[in-house]
Amino acid sequence: MNMIKKFMAPLILALVYLGLAAWLPATALRSAEVAVDYTREMVLIIPPVFILMGLLQVWIPKEKITALIGKESGVKGILISFFMGTIPTGPLYMAFPLAGSLLQKGARTSNIVIFLGAWAAIKVPQLIAETQFLGPSYTALRFILTLIAVIIIGRTMEKVITIKDLPNIEEKE
Amino acid sequence: MTTIIIIYAFLLICLGLSIWKSRAKTIQAFRVGAKALWNMAPSLLAIVGLVGLILGILPPETISRLLGAEAGAGATIAAAIIGSITLIPALVSFPLAGSLLDSGATVITITVFITTLLMVGTVTAPLEIKALGKKFTLLRNGLSLIAALIIAAVMGVVLG
Repeated sequence: MNMIKKFMAPLILALVYLGLAAWLPATALRSAEVAVDYTREMVLIIPPVFILMGLLQVWIPKEKITALIGKESGVKGILISFFMGTIPTGPLYMAFPLAGSLLQKGARTSNIVIFLGAWAAIKVPQLIAETQFLGPSYTALRFILTLIAVIIIGRTMEKVITIKDLPNIEEKE
Repeated sequence: MTTIIIIYAFLLICLGLSIWKSRAKTIQAFRVGAKALWNMAPSLLAIVGLVGLILGILPPETISRLLGAEAGAGATIAAAIIGSITLIPALVSFPLAGSLLDSGATVITITVFITTLLMVGTVTAPLEIKALGKKFTLLRNGLSLIAALIIAAVMGVVLG
């Protein structure tokens, strides 16, 4: 019974797909193709992300994270968070579990927002494609503005978010 | 594909080091990772399902039609909404944005589209809430949406 409740959302979606298949088969087929594409992408990315998260949880002591990207880490912390985010590592939703572990390990909230922002919007392969299709001045300007925005968003959120607001997902047993 | 190879190479190095230093801790790391994955599995499945539905109903051609040609506030608002709810890989979104620009969309509209696409995630919000909490998720996405509009406005003025 608990399992059904846990997987309620995907089950409902499966029903929606069945309904769509009966009503608009062409759209359902297109949707299924996209879903299969994304599943293929996920299947490759999920194992490394969660294993790395486990390794991070087990091996890196809290003090280390706090020293590198914690409250007192200053400009160094911002730079480290930024560069961690620009390493090519798949879609943004894969960054959430890692970001959650880092926060619980004492990372500064604003640095985690910078990490997520860099991961989402300022990755190297992405910038190359952007330059190609939208031009260097467009890419450079968006890069700078996004960086500024992410830092401001981080600082703003830090004022409001406390450790109590974070879920306890992977506490060590 | 290069991305995948880099990730796996990095993983192999980390795993090798971990096993070399302590087998027990490595097993524990797998246990922690598996538990987190099990926790997030429903959200991951839901994301795949939702992305499929949205892009099935709203394929790139339809998005082009909605955001292209007729510039104006309507197109910009549509760009913000479409960018916030869909999940198109960045590498696909740039050529799409480039073609929109060629077909008459404004800099503001395509910037709102790209920036919300990259930074605001409605579909992925359940997963973000699981990992980072409701407050964090709402604030990050809300502020990113506002930032996207401001970034787009500045870029519209500078690049016209």
